[in-house]
Amino acid sequence: MQPLRAPERRYGEPPRRDPAPSRLSYRVERLWLTPSFRKVVRVGLPAFLIVATVIGYLADADRRGALQTMLSDLRESVENRPEFQVTLMAIDGASEPVANAIRAMLPVSLPASSFRLDLAALRATIAQIDAVASADLHIRKGGILQVTVTERQPAVLWRTVSGLEMLDATGHRVATLLDRTARPDLPVMAGEGADARVAEGLEILEAARPIHARIRGLVRVGERRWDIVLDRDQRILLPEAGQVEAVRRVIALDQAEDMLGRDLTLVDMRNINRPTIRLAVPGGQDELETKVAGQ
Amino acid sequence: MTDLYQSQRAMRNMRRAALQRGVVAVLDVGTSKIACLVLRFENAEEPREDGLGALAGQSQFRVIGAATTRSRGVRFGEVDAMQETERAIRTAVQAAQKMAQTRVDHVIACFSGAHPRSYGLAGEIELHEGQVSEQDVARVLAACDVPDFGQGREVLHAHPVNFAIDHRSGFGDPRGHVGNRLAADMHLLTIDTGAVQNLLYCIRRCDLEIAGLASSSYVSGLSSLVEDEQELGAACIDMGGGATGLSIFIKKHMIFAESVRLGGDHVTSDISKGLQVPLATAERIKTIHGGVHATGMDDREMIEIGADCGDWEKDRRKVSRTELIGIMRPRVEEILEEVRGILDAAGFDQLPSQQIVLTGGASQIPGLDMLAARILGQNVRLGRPLRVQGLPQAATGSAFSSTVGMCLFAANPQDEWWDFEIPAERYPARSLRRAVKWFKDNW
Repeated sequence: MQPLRAPERRYGEPPRRDPAPSRLSYRVERLWLTPSFRKVVRVGLPAFLIVATVIGYLADADRRGALQTMLSDLRESVENRPEFQVTLMAIDGASEPVANAIRAMLPVSLPASSFRLDLAALRATIAQIDAVASADLHIRKGGILQVTVTERQPAVLWRTVSGLEMLDATGHRVATLLDRTARPDLPVMAGEGADARVAEGLEILEAARPIHARIRGLVRVGERRWDIVLDRDQRILLPEAGQVEAVRRVIALDQAEDMLGRDLTLVDMRNINRPTIRLAVPGGQDELETKVAGQ
Repeated sequence: MTDLYQSQRAMRNMRRAALQRGVVAVLDVGTSKIACLVLRFENAEEPREDGLGALAGQSQFRVIGAATTRSRGVRFGEVDAMQETERAIRTAVQAAQKMAQTRVDHVIACFSGAHPRSYGLAGEIELHEGQVSEQDVARVLAACDVPDFGQGREVLHAHPVNFAIDHRSGFGDPRGHVGNRLAADMHLLTIDTGAVQNLLYCIRRCDLEIAGLASSSYVSGLSSLVEDEQELGAACIDMGGGATGLSIFIKKHMIFAESVRLGGDHVTSDISKGLQVPLATAERIKTIHGGVHATGMDDREMIEIGADCGDWEKDRRKVSRTELIGIMRPRVEEILEEVRGILDAAGFDQLPSQQIVLTGGASQIPGLDMLAARILGQNVRLGRPLRVQGLPQAATGSAFSSTVGMCLFAANPQDEWWDFEIPAERYPARSLRRAVKWFKDNW
């Protein structure tokens, strides 16, 4: 018997179709399976779209300006947050005048954002002050700019034509002194080029400690050797090399013979093998040189 | 002749280009199914001289895509309806490509029909220099007197089978030998031009380039005969759907190929006519219950053949398996008798070893080997194709022996006539003159 109704077909099910792909779909699939094409579509095309969108958006100058403004506003708002504000400057290890000078040098007025402070530049500026040996800057918690300064310690006074300078042990200028009596504890040096040889001078002074009370100062002669100037117009002429030995020798002579206590104006140690003294001749007579110790 | 030589040479170059690219497809256009495998050539190392190596020297490629589809528009192994065939090829190729996840541009195709006909050719030359050079081999191959195989035929395979120098015969490779006369035997397989052109047209319509053509009986022999069978002499009978291919191998060369235009589809149509059922049902009954040897048990095994006509009597029909076997057996016998006739005509009984290997989809009928042993001779076995790397389990059956054989054909093809250079004296003078003219024009 013939079935009375048509064979059941589920609703919406398409009729059975040819399993063969159409020519077009076959070609499309082959194209899709081509490696280079695949790469272009999957990498090149999205990249191109992104770049094109960005370029298209930025092509308008107004939009570009707005974007820039937005960025700078954002930056500003972050910089101006109270967490980043520096309100105080604390200076450690500096004397009053140096601290005042450092305060005057700070390029921005506090309070300021810590993003505005260029600590490296500020540190370089502070290090330019002669009295400062080294400076260490950092921003402490609580918005405090901490400046730790190591000052130069003056070691000698250097008398020049223009005045009296304080130098440290390396010969670097510390400050100008108006009055010698302000620092009676420091020895005085004079002569051109003395600042470059401060260490040498200090060694000589150290060696001459037994006659310290009598020393008026050191004189650098001709930028090559030292003279020790004593009171009573006495001078000790030191050689270019081996000054310290020469000084020790003079000290030894002095202690043995009380040489410097005698009436002489000059002890010439320039030739270390032949110390020579010049006696002070009363009445301006001809100078007389005497060999000492039979050499 | 030169045209064919050139086109086959072009195909060889295409094959080389495909191997360079690393991906090539093989396409078996059969009457019952169209199978497509996509091969990837990985380490294209030179095959060893003795043909040995890992996986019988087949380790250089891997099957990365496989697809089979029901064939449409193919009859007797030839293209019958172009559009349908093209669509079926497209289906198979697309599915294989999808599995391989790569695009295939080069395809090696095989088919079983197109009236293959074998010719044995002999040629002889005098050697000028005593020692045989490559040029001499080309000359002796060119000196083979080509028989008149008529209009509309084309050469598909031309294998140099044997070389002889003076009175010593049996050289596989005569190069370097010393002698006065060089003789060669060549096996030539011709097919109908029309059939092959139809197939090529269908493949080209699918945007594919042909990198090689092969006869299916040849390639199934390559895959299903084991090495000593190929060496000592064996016949491979590829029982397909619409045609049964036959190839005889000796000394690892095919020396004969033919095809019978009968196959499994004829068995199906016999069942369809005999039991009055549609072809699809007949095919199902054949594959599930088919056989060629009836026993007493089969009388009692009733097969529901069913129908959908609404007539209760017709829809509830049953036949015994004996009846089914009674329908199938005469047709199978007829096929085997035809094969037998061809084997006799080819002089198969002269071979030292007369192994017969049955393969192809129709060889899966239970009991076929016993029937074949009674008709063809005692040395009959059922053959399955060689295992190649990456071949899906579904494609390892005997129905795929020509498909797998084509993989081997793609990987290590045997030397054919067109692999040798054209001998210098055969170059047409016209092209030389043209070359001289081109030089004159340009300098």
